[in-house]
Amino acid sequence: MWGRLSADALPVYSIVAAAAAGIAVLGVLAVIVLLTVTHRWTWLWREWLTSLNHRRIGIMYVIVALVMLLRAFIEALLIRVQQAIAYDSGGFLPTEHFAQLFTTHGSIMIFFVLMPFLTGMINVVLPLQIGARDLAFPWLNAIGLWLTTAGAALVMTSLVLGRFSTGGWSGYPNYTGAIVSPGVGPDYWIWALTLAGIGSTVAGINFIATIWKLRAPGMTLMRMPLFCWTALCTSLLIVFAFPALTVATSLLWLDRTFGFHFFTQTDGGNMMQFVNLFWLWGHPEVYILILPAFGAFSEVIATFSQKKVFGYASLVFATMAIGVLSFTVWLHHFFTMGASPNVNAFFGIMTMVIAVPTGVKVYDWLFTLYRGRLRFDTPMLYAIGFLVTFVIGGVTGVLLAIPPVDYTVHNSVFLIAHFHNMLIPGSLFGMFAAFNFWFPKAVGFRLDDAWGRRGFWFWLTGFYAAFMPLYLLGMMGMSRRLERYSHPGWQPWLVLAAFGVVLIAAGVVCQVIQLYVSWRDREALRDATGDPWDGRALEWSVASPPPEWNFAVRPRVRSRDAFHESKVEGLAYPDPGRDAYRDIFVPRNSGLAVAIGWAAYVLAFAAVWRIGWLAALGLAASVLLVIWRSFQTGTTERIPAQTLYDYDRGRREALMRLVPGGEIMHGAAASGARP
Amino acid sequence: MTAVGSAAPSMDRVDDDENGKSAFGFWVFLMSDAALFAVLFATYAVMMRGTGSGPGPAEAIGLKYAFPETLVLLTSTLTMGFAAMALHADARRSLVVWLGATLVLGAVFLALEAAEFHGMAAKGDTPQVSGFLSGFFALVGAHGLHVTAGMVWGLAMLVQGATSDLSAPVRSRLGRFALYWHFLDLIWVGIFSIVYLRGTLG
Ligand code: HEM
Ligand SMILES: [Cu+2]
Repeated sequence: MWGRLSADALPVYSIVAAAAAGIAVLGVLAVIVLLTVTHRWTWLWREWLTSLNHRRIGIMYVIVALVMLLRAFIEALLIRVQQAIAYDSGGFLPTEHFAQLFTTHGSIMIFFVLMPFLTGMINVVLPLQIGARDLAFPWLNAIGLWLTTAGAALVMTSLVLGRFSTGGWSGYPNYTGAIVSPGVGPDYWIWALTLAGIGSTVAGINFIATIWKLRAPGMTLMRMPLFCWTALCTSLLIVFAFPALTVATSLLWLDRTFGFHFFTQTDGGNMMQFVNLFWLWGHPEVYILILPAFGAFSEVIATFSQKKVFGYASLVFATMAIGVLSFTVWLHHFFTMGASPNVNAFFGIMTMVIAVPTGVKVYDWLFTLYRGRLRFDTPMLYAIGFLVTFVIGGVTGVLLAIPPVDYTVHNSVFLIAHFHNMLIPGSLFGMFAAFNFWFPKAVGFRLDDAWGRRGFWFWLTGFYAAFMPLYLLGMMGMSRRLERYSHPGWQPWLVLAAFGVVLIAAGVVCQVIQLYVSWRDREALRDATGDPWDGRALEWSVASPPPEWNFAVRPRVRSRDAFHESKVEGLAYPDPGRDAYRDIFVPRNSGLAVAIGWAAYVLAFAAVWRIGWLAALGLAASVLLVIWRSFQTGTTERIPAQTLYDYDRGRREALMRLVPGGEIMHGAAASGARP
Repeated sequence: MTAVGSAAPSMDRVDDDENGKSAFGFWVFLMSDAALFAVLFATYAVMMRGTGSGPGPAEAIGLKYAFPETLVLLTSTLTMGFAAMALHADARRSLVVWLGATLVLGAVFLALEAAEFHGMAAKGDTPQVSGFLSGFFALVGAHGLHVTAGMVWGLAMLVQGATSDLSAPVRSRLGRFALYWHFLDLIWVGIFSIVYLRGTLG
């Protein structure tokens, strides 16, 4: 009846695991109680969960990312503490629990922190930057969100029921095969990734269609803000790379559940095929994670240097070149696994080649800074911290691309240092910059800058303290994923690394305080003009937060940095005249997407625990709900032209009052907002 | 010259599907699905050598079912084409008839495939026997699952075609369904040549 699910599933094997389960359960209960006490359920359902608006969906994506970031960060902290004390001793974590921790940490950071973070930021920003009223497929957008959330919920469930995989974030068989890991762990991993992967694919398709079909008149491709270009490239990579992951995990699931022989040791199975498929997705994936951050940095650096980005076209071509090349390097993840020297040489060279467009970008950003009138708000700090730190990571990457070097440090913590050196400054800092930069647009008030800076400095210094020692340790021969060791020379460096994570923890605390303080002072921080940074692209021309329809009359774009140019000309907020306003349609809320997310969760949960009837139920429910949707009519709501006109007139009048002299000139709106 | 002006009202139609965003988005999905099949084909090619103690392609695979399967699916592409023509001509009756015929053929295809799989299993050639058979069942089965999904979708479209007013969304969905069906046929041609012909002939 309940498959493999029984009382044994409770996490009594480790005190830390039991505590984590308790915290997770209490956390959920606390949220439920809070919502009930404050009578917020209807509000939550109507305003948020069922909303199909791109901005709200984007915000929900980011909330998922931040919650999961907290969990994955705590796991990193536990790993670091364990390694700091585990010299010649067992430390405080049982071996098996330690293995779960690095697996969940890696998998969550990639699938449930960075992916939803960047998807959420693209959601909020992309339609506004290209002058669109929403994404191309709002309902599909909600499906993507709720599938991703279902995947995250599945990972959270594994805290309480059963155990997560111990096979690392890359889940290589034979280790994750049925013989070595017969439990539910790898199945949790498989299904969480599958749900997230489908969610991402759906989002990628949506972004591509939006960019291709919904750009405002005059917004040619080569006039798009760079963030849109990187969103496009990332989406293309998602659409073409994720199928490889889907195949890899599905086949592994078939092996485990039905005794197929794709990746088994016997009967003609071929483990290398998993490794190939995984990295065929995995390398493009790192660019999926990094490119949107590059886009955000381009916007931030230009805005806070108060000049246009240097080498726009070269940045576009570098982005696309990285996208194409990212499919040609996957073998560098397993130079040591028996390919011939020529094959290794080819992939080594390709890996160095991909550093070239990346280098082009770095120079473009430096030239943008050069002779700019720099302002050092929090987003800009993250951008500069990124530039300095990322170059180090890039250099170590080129080192690793030399197969003989890779042989000596393969699978050591040198590699851990390298990819954290890419992904923390390159992707996470990019998302933090984007978060601080676009927060006022999405929510309506700015984030407190002082706490933002403190957070930044702790993150930056903590990063160096936590990861630079790992380069050394790697060269001293420390392999990754070690839960104990007997080499006395390592311990001081591991203690230093743990101290670094404590610094990062202080950064996280600052960021939490920043959110609280900003919310408390939201009236003082209110972004009245919609243009708090003297921005350059169209998103800053609308109110913060923008109305549900974004643009009552779609803008006509005549140049790059369209909003900046129009401010220079003193025509930032033109009055199109009453005749330009037409009735428009916005999507009505729909609870079906939430329901599909739940159905998918049930399906995945049942598949993990092998509860046949429940899986069938979840599958049938998902299918029926989709069909139901296709029979619905009246899924959009008309907003009359008069409403739009009145709204715009009100906003123009408010802007006249805010900006002295009533004339909206270059920078005037911004200085009005920033005392 | 201003950088941001206001669009002429005639350009202001983004809320319906006039600019073909749904068809475009569906094409992108098909590209992604094609990538999925490309990976499955590649995996099959790798697994072909992994016969373990089981049979090789020449012994395990035959044309007895695959040939009629191919004929049925190709015919269903034709009937789907007629359905699309009927849609263009606003001929609801023939739309329903041709769409119905397509689904019947799809069902026949699935029945043949089920019989084929069943026959193989009866001989002992199950996916559990070897990497090669796993690869075979996964690739051919993935196509079969796509056809099954297509049947569910097609039934929903049959109902909508028969009962609704053939509004723009219904038309657009029917168009995408036709695209999907043709796509599956294309994949099948690949499977037939690479798995069946190569398996039995060479
Ligand atoms: C926030 C600061 C972070 C800290 C302190 C941290 C720390 C760690 C530590 C200690 C490990 C285990 C190293 C070992 O195997 O010996 C690890 C592994 C890993 N981390 Fe992080 N990490 C952080 C952020 C991130 C981010 C942003 C990502 C995003 C991709 C990430 C992805 C991974 C992955 C993929 C692994 C490998 C897991 C495995 O071995 O399967 N981490 N991290
Ligand atoms: Cu790589």
